[in-house]
Amino acid sequence: MNLRYSEEQRLLADSARDFLAARSPVAAQRRLRDQGAASGFDPQVWRDAVALGWSAIPFPEAQGGLDFGCMGLGPVFEAIGHNLAATPLLSSVVLGGSLLHLAGSPTQQGDWLPALISGERRVALAVDERARHQPRDIALAAVADGDGFCLQGEKFWVVDGVGADAYVVAARTAGQPGEAQGISLFLVPADTPGVACSPLPLIDSRNSGRLRLDQVRLGRDALLGCPGEGWVALDAALDRGRACLAAELLGAAQQLFQTTLEYLKTRVQFDVPIGSFQALQHRAAQLYVDLALARSAVMAGLAALDDGELDAARRGRLVSLAKWKAGDTALKVANEAVQMHGGIGVTDELDVGLYLKRVRVAQACLGDRDFHCERYADLDQACA
Amino acid sequence: MNTIEQFRHETRAWLEANCPPSMRVAMGEGDVVWGASQPQFPNDDARLWFERMRDQRWFCPEWPQAYGGAGLNAEQVAVLESEMRRLRCRPPQINLGIWMLGPVLLAYGSEEQKRTLLPPMARGEVRWCQGFSEPNAGSDLASLKMAARDAGDHFVVDGSKIWTSYGDKSDWMYALVRTDHQAPKHEGISLIVLDMRSPGVKAVPIDLISGKSAFCQVFFDSVKVPKSNLVGPLNGGWNLGKYLLQHERKAMSKFGEFSLPSHFDLLALLRDYLPQPRSQGECALQARAVACAMDEHAYNLTVQRMAEEGRCGDDISGLMAIMKLVHTEQERDKFEVLLDAMGGHALGWQHESFSERELAVTRAWLNSYALTISGGASEVQLNVIAKRVLGLPDGKKGVQA
Repeated sequence: MNLRYSEEQRLLADSARDFLAARSPVAAQRRLRDQGAASGFDPQVWRDAVALGWSAIPFPEAQGGLDFGCMGLGPVFEAIGHNLAATPLLSSVVLGGSLLHLAGSPTQQGDWLPALISGERRVALAVDERARHQPRDIALAAVADGDGFCLQGEKFWVVDGVGADAYVVAARTAGQPGEAQGISLFLVPADTPGVACSPLPLIDSRNSGRLRLDQVRLGRDALLGCPGEGWVALDAALDRGRACLAAELLGAAQQLFQTTLEYLKTRVQFDVPIGSFQALQHRAAQLYVDLALARSAVMAGLAALDDGELDAARRGRLVSLAKWKAGDTALKVANEAVQMHGGIGVTDELDVGLYLKRVRVAQACLGDRDFHCERYADLDQACA
Repeated sequence: MNTIEQFRHETRAWLEANCPPSMRVAMGEGDVVWGASQPQFPNDDARLWFERMRDQRWFCPEWPQAYGGAGLNAEQVAVLESEMRRLRCRPPQINLGIWMLGPVLLAYGSEEQKRTLLPPMARGEVRWCQGFSEPNAGSDLASLKMAARDAGDHFVVDGSKIWTSYGDKSDWMYALVRTDHQAPKHEGISLIVLDMRSPGVKAVPIDLISGKSAFCQVFFDSVKVPKSNLVGPLNGGWNLGKYLLQHERKAMSKFGEFSLPSHFDLLALLRDYLPQPRSQGECALQARAVACAMDEHAYNLTVQRMAEEGRCGDDISGLMAIMKLVHTEQERDKFEVLLDAMGGHALGWQHESFSERELAVTRAWLNSYALTISGGASEVQLNVIAKRVLGLPDGKKGVQA
């Protein structure tokens, strides 16, 4: 398993960093927030990112992809975190696209994958129903209805949900909440009668939605994969999303740490730079340590997803380690960044607050520290 | 096949033919072989493995042949190390001389020193110990006072060194001594080597809170040391000492690759001692344990990443600076959790009421306190990271990491 980006991946990182620094720096995020854009991202930036090939990175060449794997997505998500850029790369390509790729029929793939890769359309994944991520707890019912199904219920937090062209909805066709068995995946076009997505404005000012499904009738052709057997693909797609979010958190934390370090070196109090105080030096050193460990975990998580020989438990254990460590580290860095900047750290004028908010949301998204800690323990037992 | 592939092929074949199968499993306590004038071997295979590697000159494969090495280039050494890892070969011996003093002698020693000291070292015939810390010079090493007084053709050494690992079992010591009491403290220090059998040297083992230990205090009472035992320039020892300590970190990381020191598998122990958490408190304890185990996993991946980046020629100085701190602090945290989970089972001193493993946990916990102090206390490590890696400015004048 490689824990270091290859030369090719480094080039990808350079190009992603340059592109976002020019087209989507933090200032652009601030503008999007102040304008209150419903989609939460700049469609032109997304079109140009698609032209750079970002949306093709994880897919095999046979399906119009670049086949760069998750290790290819890592550098891009780090750059996204670094600049706090907003794109539907996670929602539409990594989560939605992975499910179409893993579970979709040839017809479904033909209908949707080229459009996702070209950026023409986008899908969003609707899993969580409660405030905390717990995908096995899916309760939203899909009841057999003639030759198809009828879906009724609400999804709480759909990333990039507003304005999506379709939703991959995880629903229960059998079993009880808490069980993996009985979860089915449906591809639901946004214009299906009974489907409504309303904004859920979060502190990161990105596009999050609540999805309401009111007596939504779907044919069997809406199923992604076999009924009741959606868990394996869902778990795999969620893991890809978690590893990419971990890379994004690492990128954001790394940049925020650099900013804070500069401040410690230049801010003068008591006639000396505050970075000469040992009380602050040791705290900064500790953050550096956490960032180093987080990078190792993130690289292992990304690499695990590209390793076809790892079973789901070993893959999931490494991904949970990555999301846990990156999330935990990013929160620590963000909290320390605010504190070390002092008074100006709590003003909106400084970008530190934007990082804090973004990191807080990304940490909770697809499983927070506690979720991944528990999942790691369960999977570790399965590996033993 | 190009030359390096040819070398890999031959190395693999040689190791497969010459490394006894019993030397390809993880080491237990007491399995470490120390190169020494009278080496002790736990069994015949260990002796065979030691002798075969010695005769291959692979104790220090990168040293020039003139000084007892095999003269391998960096690429060949990397191949040898990776082939040894692949077969899980144990280190045939452990030798502070080769890892620590050797590189200093190669860089700064006189030709005579190289010819007399290096070849026996390379054959694993001399056990070396390190004389740096003193009772009144711990984290502030440069304040050391053990004096080497100029007495014409020799020095007379008086004073004491402490925390000398295996001081009572070593043949020779390399030591930092004060040769100028007037100069600023970093500029009056020299590096010397001395025979531990010299009259006036006395090594006394130190008992720790964990019981018997390898540490000694070594007393020097008018010990005569020939002038030819001065390494590098007079009063130029501080920089040599720093150079040597860089190799300590490198050696520790290399040692770690071959055989991680006896780890306790936290989650496996937890499954044994706390199989079904029954209360909120036990669930909280389990969550703490899992977090510790995850941090340890991240550390192990970092060791792996550092090795990989090192092989690719990346700058790994930042990672090297954190390893000691992370590992020792994590061990401390891990034992905190483990002791809570095992309860009274981990509080035994010695009795058949406790299993060997339980007693080992207790001793390892007590020993973990020493690890966050020795070899640069955690606070010193944090200073080093803050100043040398992060470039944060110095505080009060005169205080150095």
